[in-house]
Amino acid sequence: MESFANQRGFPVIQRVIAVVRDNAASLSDIDGAIGDGDHGVNMSKGFGMAADRLTDASCSLSEGLAVIGSVLLTEIGGAMGPLYGTFFRAMARESRDAADIDARVFESMMQKAQESVVSLGNAQVGDKTMLDTLAAAVEAFRASRRDGLGFADALCVMMKAAEEGKDSTRELVARLGRSSRLGERSRGLLDAGAVSCWLILTAMGQSMMDLLV
Amino acid sequence: MLKGFLRAHRDIVVPTDNPRVVKYRAAPVKGKVGIVTGGGSGHKPAFIGYVGRNMVDAVAVGEVFTSPTAKSFFDAFRVADGGRGVACLYGNYAGDTMNVKLALEMAEDAGIQVKTVVANDDVPSAPPAERAKRRGVAGEVLMWKAGGARAALGGDLDAVISAAQKAIDNTRSIGIGISPCTIPAVGHPNFTIEPGKMEVGIGHHGEPGIRVEDLRPARDMAKMMLDIILPDLPFERKDEVVVLLSGLGATPVMELYILYDEVEKLLASHGLVVHRPYVGNFFTSLDMAGVTLTLMKVDSELKELVDLEVDCMGLTQFGR
Repeated sequence: MESFANQRGFPVIQRVIAVVRDNAASLSDIDGAIGDGDHGVNMSKGFGMAADRLTDASCSLSEGLAVIGSVLLTEIGGAMGPLYGTFFRAMARESRDAADIDARVFESMMQKAQESVVSLGNAQVGDKTMLDTLAAAVEAFRASRRDGLGFADALCVMMKAAEEGKDSTRELVARLGRSSRLGERSRGLLDAGAVSCWLILTAMGQSMMDLLV
Repeated sequence: MLKGFLRAHRDIVVPTDNPRVVKYRAAPVKGKVGIVTGGGSGHKPAFIGYVGRNMVDAVAVGEVFTSPTAKSFFDAFRVADGGRGVACLYGNYAGDTMNVKLALEMAEDAGIQVKTVVANDDVPSAPPAERAKRRGVAGEVLMWKAGGARAALGGDLDAVISAAQKAIDNTRSIGIGISPCTIPAVGHPNFTIEPGKMEVGIGHHGEPGIRVEDLRPARDMAKMMLDIILPDLPFERKDEVVVLLSGLGATPVMELYILYDEVEKLLASHGLVVHRPYVGNFFTSLDMAGVTLTLMKVDSELKELVDLEVDCMGLTQFGR
């Protein structure tokens, strides 16, 4: 099967929320090395609040994404609230009118999510941010589709690229945000936003593959 | 924290329908440009301590060291708007910039006119060629003072923005950290300063400075800081300056006066004239020990604005 019903997409939302909450402590530790050490706490708080509002299992993928996006935007400040808030809202908006989520819909969801993050944060690939994960994932998914891969295979390629994008931040020098003050001292450490973005995209990819079976 | 603050300062500050926004009890002041700021918590008296008469009308309150939400910035605009628009005067941090940007879109939809000034007075946070990347630190207090005074004197939105911009453009700051601070939710310091050492140029959240050195006497610290900020503007002989020397939270106020004595002597030796000094805890970083030194070069306009009476928790001043 190369698509799943938007209305049956709730497991994707649950997986995304779970992965953020399960990794709260390790995200904070990664952030603590070059940031201020609260990335996991803030993310977990936001996704926890979203979980509290998402008790109806009949909620669609788009509705779930919209709830996560709006909670992050209205309740979680910092840089991650608005960045992930617009990320999820863009995904929600882009899928709202689709009865079925197929590779074409997901590609445009990813595309719009990336555009929103870039327009808000003004980051470029290589700045050692979440965009290093996201851009690699989006590009890989697009290329796989162009090469004729099906939805599930393209998701596999996307997750691998997200991981590589995340790992690429280790050798980068931060150019944006708080860690940019460290300059060379930021080299050798992962960016926490790149790690959380990888976790989220991986949870999304795996849970979608489960729905495609 | 907020609850206690609102109890203690209920003669000046009141809550709003957004629990993360507080306002001056007389706000919105009809016919006056509203002054809004906001930022992460942990910097007391900043930011809410500057809500008051002739100063800030409303503040968006964030978690410790975390920008307030876009909605809180927007709600602050809403409660501060007395019909002549709102000046949002905030510091240059990634989160604040993004949330203000989103709040400006909400304000546009709601028909509230908002203009912004972004403080970037922290000299060590970026080289002169990248001044736009510098962060805002204690100089924000002087930006609010100038903007708040211009609004109180009847200035329109453009006049308020231009006064605040002029203030911050003429302001330079530098910090020295002596011990690290702990974010309560994290529970341990996420950076270290070895005992007997100091981090010269430290940021307001413990961002690394320019260099780590052995702790030195007050006179050497004063010289070290002035040597970095004086050439940056530059401040020149016969310039008049406002000096703001703020503790970072854990430094005894007594020590600030010891340092201030050295700062003013050195300023005199450079031929600079102190128009008005402020010494105390104006913009702190939780329990960090250390100081920030801020200088603002003033002309007759900035002197008039700085000298205007003000009544808020962080700064009370009578006219003279």
